[in-house]
Amino acid sequence: MQQATLNQRKILTSVLAWLIGLMIFFPIFWTILTSFKTEADAIASPPMLFNFSWTTENYTEVLSRSNYFLHFMNSVIISVGSTILALIIAIPAAWSMAFSPTKRTKDVLLWMLSTKMLPPVGVLIPIYLLFREWGLLDTRTGLVIVLTLMNLPIVIWMLYTYFKEIPVDILEAARMDGASLKNEIIYVLTPMAVPGIASTMLLNVILAWNEAFWTLNLTAAKAAPLTAFIASYSSPEGLFYAKLSAASTMAIGPILIMGWFSQKQLVRGLTFGAVK
Amino acid sequence: MSSIHLKNVVKRFGEVEVIPPLDLEINDGEFVVFVGPSGCGKSTLLRVISGLEDATEGTIHIDDQEATSMPPGERGLAMVFQSYALYPHMSVRKNISFPLKMAGMDQNEINSRVNEAAKVLNLSDYIDRKPGQLSGGQRQRVAIGRCIVREPTAFLFDEPLSNLDAALRVNMRLEISELHKNLKTTMIYVTHDQVEAMTMADKIVVLRDGYIEQVGSPLDLYNKPDNKFVAGFIGSPKMNFFSGDVAAQYNADSIGIRPEHMDSSTESGKWSGVVKVAEHLGSDTFLHVVLDDLGAALVRVPGDMPVTTGDRVYATPRTNELHRFDAQGKTIKN
Repeated sequence: MQQATLNQRKILTSVLAWLIGLMIFFPIFWTILTSFKTEADAIASPPMLFNFSWTTENYTEVLSRSNYFLHFMNSVIISVGSTILALIIAIPAAWSMAFSPTKRTKDVLLWMLSTKMLPPVGVLIPIYLLFREWGLLDTRTGLVIVLTLMNLPIVIWMLYTYFKEIPVDILEAARMDGASLKNEIIYVLTPMAVPGIASTMLLNVILAWNEAFWTLNLTAAKAAPLTAFIASYSSPEGLFYAKLSAASTMAIGPILIMGWFSQKQLVRGLTFGAVK
Repeated sequence: MSSIHLKNVVKRFGEVEVIPPLDLEINDGEFVVFVGPSGCGKSTLLRVISGLEDATEGTIHIDDQEATSMPPGERGLAMVFQSYALYPHMSVRKNISFPLKMAGMDQNEINSRVNEAAKVLNLSDYIDRKPGQLSGGQRQRVAIGRCIVREPTAFLFDEPLSNLDAALRVNMRLEISELHKNLKTTMIYVTHDQVEAMTMADKIVVLRDGYIEQVGSPLDLYNKPDNKFVAGFIGSPKMNFFSGDVAAQYNADSIGIRPEHMDSSTESGKWSGVVKVAEHLGSDTFLHVVLDDLGAALVRVPGDMPVTTGDRVYATPRTNELHRFDAQGKTIKN
């Protein structure tokens, strides 16, 4: 009897989970599907699911019209660059807050997080003016800096929760065992901290890759990443759903593949501390 | 020689004085237990000796060598932590060999020492496992193994058994005592459990609020406590205390008598009372009695004495086992 209700509940939650999963995935699926349609099929009503004439001409068209490789490289440089810079700043910051906290540590963390609550558009004008002044508009360096600043609170916060989980006893045991600070870092700290740093890094690369507000507003042509590449297809001259979909698919493809391969790390990173 | 001398050691955290000026001598080969209620400063004192905390004032000598400002790794002390503090990413072998590797020892020597320690501690079958795959008792043994291989001048134990279940605790207690007998190395052991202190120690240091209340052998503390605190803390079950008229009869502010130091009878005796609860352990029975005019008391009677709840019993304290205390709680010597 009890077993039966338990099974029913299991089936119900599974069905629900699948429904939600499919709902989230549907827009991506539809984008990929649309990218293989002709422009006419793409806007056909009622929408065509599979019974359209498959074509890859959108991809050839998009590739010939814009410099996909340039945007792709910009995306890679900006997301990886801002992630590395953020980690260089965040690791010592999170480290000191986790291992030698003061009375104000919690407040500092909250204050950092509170900066994420400010709508970015609120600081667009001052940042734009500063960037113009310093000649950082439409440069990769500029974007690396701004994305580092934007994601730094989250990176510090994530690393802090990771480092908090490393028991101080273990570091003290290493000290008792005669490890010098260098050896303590090499043999004990780093191996225990690397999984946390790795998943923070992955998440930040994804956040930076997908960031569209600053990348669209501070770039024109030279430093424009894939987000700008997509946006260039939603032009006012007319709607080209199929080409827009092809561009989107090409833009999200790399990060989707990366996310797929690192999902175990990512899930661990996002639920760390909540699930033991 | 591995003696440890503390002279005028003070530890303050900001304004808070956790350990007021304290002197202590620990002799070569002694098994010393720091015991006291939680927050009494016993762990802090151990950490000051280990070097994990700096002494605010005073000096520490290890082997007649000034060690007050030496880093922990150079003091020649090995520590077993309450949480075991094993390196989670290393196998048992690597955990045990870590201090030797840090000391730059030759790999062959490391291997032979680690194998020897694993054999002594029954860890040979688990030598390639990670700590996460071991039980609590096995982890504790790995932590001890990591200490043994170094052949330290002294072992420090910080409540090492409090994470183990009761049965395992008794076993490990025995194992640590045997280890001490075999190695004859100085050991300092911190616990809040007075049974551990009584069963393992050569010398017990009773601490309260950072002050040393008494230092002595287990039986010294049991038979001749310096004050009411030590009298109440050492011995299980606890000593009974009475004050008021009954204490005045003995020219004291308060008196104490252990449950096992009263002669009991169902017919006559000095004090009389009604049994509230009788705990039958087989060999003994512990009676929770409400004594007329005196209040609650615990009396140990032989297991075959036929008493149950509600019965009237009589208890007579053995005068030579009775402890008298003055108004400050100090023992009044006869």
